[in-house]
Amino acid sequence: MEIFDHLALGFSVAFTFQNLFYCFIGVLLGTLIGVLPGLGPVPTIAMLLPITFGLPPVSALIMLSGIYYGAQYGGSTTAILINLPGESSSVVTAIDGYQMARQGRAGAALATAALGSFFAGSVATFLLAVFAPPLADLALKFGPPEYFSLMVLGLVASVSLASGSVIKALAMVVLGILFGLSGQDVYTGTPRFTFDIVELADGIEFVALAMGLFGLVEIVRNLEDEHSRSVLVQKVQGLMLSKDDVKRIIAPVLRGTVLGSFLGILPGGGAMLSSFAAYSIEKRVSKHPQQFGRGAIEGVAGPESANNAGAQTSFIPMLTLGIPSNPVMALMIGALIIQGIVPGPNVVNEQPNLFWGIIASMWIGNFMLVVLNLPLIGIWVRLLTVPYHILFPLIIGFCCIGVYSVNNNVYDVYAMAAFGVFGYLLVKLDCEPAPLLLGFIIGPMLEEYLRRAMLISRGDPTVFVTRPLSAVMLAIAVLALAVVLLPSVRKKREEAFKE
Amino acid sequence: MGRFVRSPKDVVTGLLLIFLAAWFAWLGSDLPIGRAIRMGPGYFPLVLCGILAALGLIVLLTGLAFRGDVEADEDARRISIPWQGLVLVTLSVVVFGLTVRPLGLGPAMGLAVFISSTASRKFSIFNGLVMTAIMVAFAWAVFIKGLGLPLPMLGPWLGGY
Repeated sequence: MEIFDHLALGFSVAFTFQNLFYCFIGVLLGTLIGVLPGLGPVPTIAMLLPITFGLPPVSALIMLSGIYYGAQYGGSTTAILINLPGESSSVVTAIDGYQMARQGRAGAALATAALGSFFAGSVATFLLAVFAPPLADLALKFGPPEYFSLMVLGLVASVSLASGSVIKALAMVVLGILFGLSGQDVYTGTPRFTFDIVELADGIEFVALAMGLFGLVEIVRNLEDEHSRSVLVQKVQGLMLSKDDVKRIIAPVLRGTVLGSFLGILPGGGAMLSSFAAYSIEKRVSKHPQQFGRGAIEGVAGPESANNAGAQTSFIPMLTLGIPSNPVMALMIGALIIQGIVPGPNVVNEQPNLFWGIIASMWIGNFMLVVLNLPLIGIWVRLLTVPYHILFPLIIGFCCIGVYSVNNNVYDVYAMAAFGVFGYLLVKLDCEPAPLLLGFIIGPMLEEYLRRAMLISRGDPTVFVTRPLSAVMLAIAVLALAVVLLPSVRKKREEAFKE
Repeated sequence: MGRFVRSPKDVVTGLLLIFLAAWFAWLGSDLPIGRAIRMGPGYFPLVLCGILAALGLIVLLTGLAFRGDVEADEDARRISIPWQGLVLVTLSVVVFGLTVRPLGLGPAMGLAVFISSTASRKFSIFNGLVMTAIMVAFAWAVFIKGLGLPLPMLGPWLGGY
């Protein structure tokens, strides 16, 4: 079995002292920011991107991925204990988890969340190991037209699965692509959109854009309604699950894992969508739906498994196709590019150490997380008492030095400030900045494949519909767009997101 | 904005998108466009500007269309911006950019952290100064000692190198 050779290679990479260390730092930071409301994985990873500069690529990616799935664990802790989801993906966990905590069953809820997440994370990582290589092989056969269509499909799908106005999200994608095109044109070297500033000749710095749009905007947003969190932390007891509990969570965990694994692969999917979907499914199949909202353990088990599975499988399109399915994956691609690795199907074959090392580290990281989260829960709870007005100036300090250190360029700092203001304006206008980031990352690749495809086809745009694979992908994209724009579906969709 | 404007928010968004499309088109106006077979650097941006302007127009028009249910759109009417937070956070970042070269990392970091901490309603001078001190010390330990960034703690204006 080839896969076992690969996994052995992966574990040999992940089990070096250095990589274990960075894996630990990653999951630790992930848990930390998951617990702290107001600081999510996107700004954290954006802040740490410059630091990963000095690390070998494997260690950098291992640490950054640890932050992402670690945050899924940490986010559920606060959701259960104080009804304050640390991450958007644990919003639904708060519904029943907090009720369980109020009934004195916080321990059981936390254990369910941690064990469900561990199981789902392990299974989803296995799926990643099994399905990623064949997918990458398939993608290697793609020509420029297929790639172009695949990227269009990816962008459209991520837009239609996101919440809010589809038109606005599409506009954000296009805007992101335009920003992404700044800098020298690949073919002719002509500077584009550089405002005649020499320092911008290489284009807008990705880290500056990400930190401005996510770091600074989040801070200003949080400052808007600063309320003191009253933390009523009871002693958490009874981490052991009763036999009855175990019986009740097995099926939801399995369902959550399957659902999350599937939804995680879809562009725009990932952890958040998975948890919402899992909750509504659990509610529907339950024999006692009236318990939901009043502390049903299934309402914790299902979504928690789903969000972790989704977090794990959302790596599949990123690692095999080089296409980000959510902002975190866009940042991961940014990290790869910073390291000089071209994201795409070649990563699996040309960088086996990197690819399999990351996968193996996910198992190790998930295991570390269970250890970190269950016995040490008291420490995390105490962290909740750190007030935001202490936290945010430190984050700003971090952002400043982080973005400056990328190129030792003050224009990057100003760009970050500008994108902070611009991003805040967008948020005020109900335009989510996430699609903009996806567009920014994909933009240059999209243009390159478009130009290459047109060159091959001698300027004939029908090449995108005469090549079957490309035509199918474009058809799916158009269909997805048409479906979400239909008035009836639109209404349902809004309801679904409200729930 | 009379009652015929359903959502000022959407109108503003639409106008902003159209403006941005025009702006990018203007910025790229002297880029060679080329032909489809061999696209110049201006080709793809121009296409994108067209799409962006079209999307902006759709948003603008939906914002103008009056549908009759005023209450449901109440949220879409208000655009409130708490200027204090936005201005202070942005200012702290800009000040960092302005001072990091001449004054060095230490003072720049201190200024940025202190200015931004005033953005909170719970700001107190004592807390602000303590955090400033912590962050400056942290920046020195991690970024200069730990990661070895080629950045002087004190810049040329303060006697550094």
